[in-house]
Amino acid sequence: MKNIILTGVGGQGTVLASKLIAAAAMAKDIPVTSAETIGMAQRGGSVFSHLRMGEGVHSPMILKGDGDLLIGFEPGESLRMLPYLKPDAPIITSIRPVIPVTAALAGGTYDGKAQLEYLKGLSHPLYTVNPDEAIRELGNPKVMNVVLLGAAVATGLLGLEPEDIKAAIRMRLPEKLHELNLRALDYGIQLAKAEK
Amino acid sequence: MHKEYLMGNEAIGLGALAAGVNVVAGYPGTPSTEVLETIAKKRKDTTYVEWSVNEKAAMELAAGAAYCGTRALVTMKQVGLNVASDPLMCLEYVGVKGGLVVLVADDPGPISSQTEQDTRHFAAYSKVPCLDPSSPEEAYQMIQDAFFLSEEYHTPVFLRPTTRICHAYSSLTVKDQEEYLENKPEGFIKDSKRWVIFPKLSFANHQKIVARDETLEEVFSAYQGNDIKTFGEKSGIRLGVAASGISYAYALETLEKLELPCEVKLFKVSTPYPFPKQKALRFLMDCDQVLCLEELDPVVEDGLIHLAGRYNLSVEILGKHSHATSVAGENTRDSIEGWIRTFAGISAGEPDTPDEKEKPDLPVRPPVLCAGCPHRASFYAVKQAMKGKKTIFCGDIGCYTLGNAMPLDMVDTCLCMGAGVNIAQGVGRVEPDTTCFAFVGDSTFFASAITGVVNAVYNQANMTLIVLDNSTTAMTGHQPHPGTGHTMMGEIVAKVDMEQVLRGIGVTTVETLNPLEHKKAVETVARVAAEPGVKAIIFKYPCIAMPSDKAKELKELGPVRILSDKCIQCKKCIREIGCPALTVKDGKVAIDETLCTGCGLCKAICPTHAIEGGDL
Repeated sequence: MKNIILTGVGGQGTVLASKLIAAAAMAKDIPVTSAETIGMAQRGGSVFSHLRMGEGVHSPMILKGDGDLLIGFEPGESLRMLPYLKPDAPIITSIRPVIPVTAALAGGTYDGKAQLEYLKGLSHPLYTVNPDEAIRELGNPKVMNVVLLGAAVATGLLGLEPEDIKAAIRMRLPEKLHELNLRALDYGIQLAKAEK
Repeated sequence: MHKEYLMGNEAIGLGALAAGVNVVAGYPGTPSTEVLETIAKKRKDTTYVEWSVNEKAAMELAAGAAYCGTRALVTMKQVGLNVASDPLMCLEYVGVKGGLVVLVADDPGPISSQTEQDTRHFAAYSKVPCLDPSSPEEAYQMIQDAFFLSEEYHTPVFLRPTTRICHAYSSLTVKDQEEYLENKPEGFIKDSKRWVIFPKLSFANHQKIVARDETLEEVFSAYQGNDIKTFGEKSGIRLGVAASGISYAYALETLEKLELPCEVKLFKVSTPYPFPKQKALRFLMDCDQVLCLEELDPVVEDGLIHLAGRYNLSVEILGKHSHATSVAGENTRDSIEGWIRTFAGISAGEPDTPDEKEKPDLPVRPPVLCAGCPHRASFYAVKQAMKGKKTIFCGDIGCYTLGNAMPLDMVDTCLCMGAGVNIAQGVGRVEPDTTCFAFVGDSTFFASAITGVVNAVYNQANMTLIVLDNSTTAMTGHQPHPGTGHTMMGEIVAKVDMEQVLRGIGVTTVETLNPLEHKKAVETVARVAAEPGVKAIIFKYPCIAMPSDKAKELKELGPVRILSDKCIQCKKCIREIGCPALTVKDGKVAIDETLCTGCGLCKAICPTHAIEGGDL
């Protein structure tokens, strides 16, 4: 059984990333379930997706302390989901903060830096992705979810090969987006390998 | 049969199609919306599907279809059932010929709703049998069972999933289209003794319904969804856990995992009404103590306490009444495990991450209106026009409820669909010196605000109606409505013209304009609000999150830009409108280009003209 947590801010593409993993698992006859945030919170709120693969799963939600891998699209949100992880479960996180309107209004200080530093100080293996560099390399800000997914595949913890996710991309996305997303996946894989 | 990765709501939609549903009607509402959308996408030509103007219309249409012997489905969220309650209460007395299933999605938390009301209670109140699934797989099976039950017992039947069933995904096995049932309806057979509700008929049918429910208690006691499993070894005390819905899934996983000190029986209750009496009695007789795990109201708990009292059983029943579990909000995998551990006397596992203490603060992220949302411009125009005046802004249900957030702060009340129009009238009766506004979205206008406007005109109210017309039902994911000009059957139809509707009612001042034309919008609001009587302003601009000609035009223009030589860092743009695309980077106002749509509202606010590009 594998428990994966994806987290971010509404609109960042956590659901698509979760669906690509699920499609790849389905293709290998691995039972899979997931639960995600849908509704009002999608309007700029914190969102998550709990993804569970393997036999013996009844609940779509993961027990705290039972997560095998965290894929975070935003440093503060990665930190928020920390209680769901097993002690040595790896964290893959984007380092770019999404500043909430409330913080901008109140002259708040949130910039994601303290949260990222905190994550770095933990015993969890940490893989960071810099979206600005990724966008420069890939030329498109919309595929950060697939970059993070690539890094997740490279950890080996998904139990899925790069080819499995590539097949899912080809199956689930329109053809004109294949090339860009496949490049994004490879970029994420290389990034995680380099960090190892 | 084949395998698919499906959302619970998609599974329910496909289950209805597999059962040969012919007529489907509903009103959008989280967490129920995707059921009808799935049917519209996957239906055969023989299935009719519509988004009705509201839940009452949907229920009545489905009743008519079921009178003809067809299989019909109505979909809604739990508060939508309040709107449909008038026809449903009566329909239970009249009964149906073809199967009629009422899909009502409950929302523990609540996550996207006004209330934590429990449709299982509504089932007992209306005497409509109710099935309560604990997984997407079970929901797929249950909607098919529900059609069978409805036809067998000539009654509408509830299928009542909750958010974590509706929005959970699962890889599940479903039927191929060739395996779907086909129903050939007999047609409407005239019989006024059957289809016309009269006191005499209601009295006779009331007796029949009570007798039927006694039969159903036995039938449900043998139903596969009401199951008893045994965990652990016999020793001393005999424990039982009774659970329903997603709480059952959490409890099952917990009991499979824990090392139990004694035998624990797990009773899954999938038919909260009628209660599976005989099976529940067998369960209670095998237990000394029972813990009830369910969300919303203590329905299973009340059912068991009732039986224990009536049959004088010496069993202790714990749950919400004894505060052994939470009385409100969602249950979680963690809370269920915690309660079972306490109940069975098993110590808690390892404490959570020890480094919790010096954790930096987490950002607070309340939901906000999207960057470029036209509602922001509408609210801001009214706010500017009414500066310094005594006002009330009555809000309503939709994305625009988010106009309550700072800095807009433009929603003083919000109750239920369409209520704002009447609340504004009530305030006006008590405070004649208050300028009263009611804000309503386009879909909500058609669903339930029109009667409120009729009331206002007839009873000589003083108020201004602001219709926020973004040409869609945005909050639930862009469903069409009478004003959009297209239907769920894919037809292009005449739009119901809101302005003409208002004029027909007798509202003489009706102005339609673009809220992004800020200066004109402010002037119009000031002028119209000063007129006596009932008047209306329709702010018309398409939802920015939906493909439209406007969205295409804006995409070409690109985001706005800040001219650093002109920006004096007064941050008025941020303080006034709170657009998520306006942020502060290294102490300076910056545009988040991934969010900015280029709507140009911030340009109208900047006192030094330091923002350029975008629209207008």
